[in-house]
Amino acid sequence: MALPQAKQDATEARLAALSLPDAAGWSKVAREDALARLRAAGLPQRRDEYWKFTRPDTLVEAEAPKAAVFESDETEMFDDVDRLKIVFRDGVFDAEASDNLSLEGVKIDRLAEAGQADIHWAKDLYGALETNGQTPVARPLATLNTAAASDGVLIHVTGKASKPINLIYHHESETSDAILHHVIKLDAGADLTVLENGPAAARFNKVMEVDVADTAAFHHVRTQGRDHERRAVTHIFARLGRESAFKSFTMTANGVLTRNECVIELTGDDAIAHVAGACVGDGDFHHDDTVFITHDAENCESRQVFKKVLRNGAVGVFQGKILVKEGAQKTDGYQISQSLLLDGDSEFLAKPELEIYADDVACSHGSTSGAIDEEALFYLRARGVPRSIATDLLTLAFLAEAVEEIEDEGLRDGIVARLEGWLVRRRG
Amino acid sequence: MLEIKGLKVDLEDEEKTILKGVDLTVEAGKVHAIMGPNGSGKSTLSYVLSGREGYKVTGGTATLEGEDILDMEPEERAAAGLFLAFQYPVEIPGVGNMTFMRTALNSQRKARGEEEMSAADFLKLVREKAATLEMSNDMLKRPVNVGFSGGEKKRNEILQMAVLEPKMCILDETDSGLDVDAMKLVSQGVNALRDAGRGFLVITHYQRLLDHIKPDVVHIMSEGRIVKTGGPELALEVEKNGYADIKAEVA
Repeated sequence: MALPQAKQDATEARLAALSLPDAAGWSKVAREDALARLRAAGLPQRRDEYWKFTRPDTLVEAEAPKAAVFESDETEMFDDVDRLKIVFRDGVFDAEASDNLSLEGVKIDRLAEAGQADIHWAKDLYGALETNGQTPVARPLATLNTAAASDGVLIHVTGKASKPINLIYHHESETSDAILHHVIKLDAGADLTVLENGPAAARFNKVMEVDVADTAAFHHVRTQGRDHERRAVTHIFARLGRESAFKSFTMTANGVLTRNECVIELTGDDAIAHVAGACVGDGDFHHDDTVFITHDAENCESRQVFKKVLRNGAVGVFQGKILVKEGAQKTDGYQISQSLLLDGDSEFLAKPELEIYADDVACSHGSTSGAIDEEALFYLRARGVPRSIATDLLTLAFLAEAVEEIEDEGLRDGIVARLEGWLVRRRG
Repeated sequence: MLEIKGLKVDLEDEEKTILKGVDLTVEAGKVHAIMGPNGSGKSTLSYVLSGREGYKVTGGTATLEGEDILDMEPEERAAAGLFLAFQYPVEIPGVGNMTFMRTALNSQRKARGEEEMSAADFLKLVREKAATLEMSNDMLKRPVNVGFSGGEKKRNEILQMAVLEPKMCILDETDSGLDVDAMKLVSQGVNALRDAGRGFLVITHYQRLLDHIKPDVVHIMSEGRIVKTGGPELALEVEKNGYADIKAEVA
């Protein structure tokens, strides 16, 4: 079917404004393929069903809208963690600020360099999981990313990584428009934690493809900075083998527009996928979590736990789906999305979906929005806790279920401290 | 300690008068009990004194050590020394019992211009008080009242009272939902806090709690008023004859 003219024009306008990398080597094929797919699908527009709750305009338009750089007074996220740092400034790799890209049990290359080679392990994965993730729902911004990513990291994990890899994204220019694409491959039994932090750019488009082989484990914790005006669209595409584990948590504070998509396919029996998020928004804040988990093997477990605290007109969106394919018996799927609306101006839009083609499964989903529990608030105040502190305690308690999805206690405490800091700064 | 004069209270959302002029003075060192049939206004009195929303004071005053409390926020009343043990203690998932109590204690201290208590001193204090109420470490670590039995919730109320050391304690139907053993534990906890500087107002429907917490003065409340005041023998009279006789007597 031919694309509507408006969509075609918007797509071409965006492509014209991009400086596509001089593709050579193995990545050339993947990029050309993506470009063709993008032209066939077209970039998202306002009337697309999958963008019903989030306007894609500013993510699609040729120029990134300006975003003031936010000066944080907090210490850098994860700086108390022994980790390997890989630093990008407005999407440009900073070798000086980064650690030496060598880590026991892990091989790390940069897309900008390794993509030019004739042969590389990432050849079979780059754009492949993204392509898989295009059905049944198209995700054209990820396709755009595959075609146009200027850089990224290619991480091949063969054993247990001796420490986490921390991708750090600084935002330094008001007009930066960054596109990064990471590929992570975990061999059987491998184990890696990836930390990500920072706003990255005025506008950030990021894709992370994660291939988790049998019995491997991948942990992911990210924060998206405190910049108010930045925009981000991110995609995670993960494929899970037998008895593997994938656990991802995202904290978002501020940001005028965020769309975090996570597409997971459980392809081996007994695998586990947990994806969670806690976001806090005040005022000009629109945060969209879009998750699609496909169960295509037996006895797998998936959890989606998303909590949103919204005030002063902030908007939260959740689109989450569990698809259980024929034969995926003994599936255990859980999905919860909740918002805490701290005033009458804020809004939460949720679209939870279940689609099940197997008969022996346990799937549940729930979605709520509500205000602070007045009974609990009075109880705390009657014991002497001032209203503002009591409200913060109850707000952190609300977020706790999502934060507790982070397995590592130190990382968890670090996230709680940031959330607490955000609340304390807003105390009346 | 606590002085209530001519207190009149309406429900905020409906045209309904609950308290029709309550006069009551609780002296320091004394235990007063309020008994009365359901719907007489006992619990409303406790809520209004602690500052719960949903009530409108249409007349009268309530002072704690001479200070008007009716205009204070609930947390200010607590810092001034007022404590209400809830009839139905609230479960708060996600907030640890210890975090809650420490935040409460230090908020009160801060409001009074006192030094905050250190984590170590606080831990010592709570452990000591918890032991006498036979509360396990696990109960201290769990979220506030979550998964607690009825008796455990009431013990948790008394623990908070012991930790916060209020001047004026109001116990609202603390005996409801307690078996005999739990009632003994709770009563022991309360009796341990009896002190020349502290006042108690024990609200109860039944006389049995007053076997364990011996009151100095007993008031009978009916239809929004204190209709009779006497010594401990008044509670026994109610137990024997019910409220109907007293109502008939004062009518």
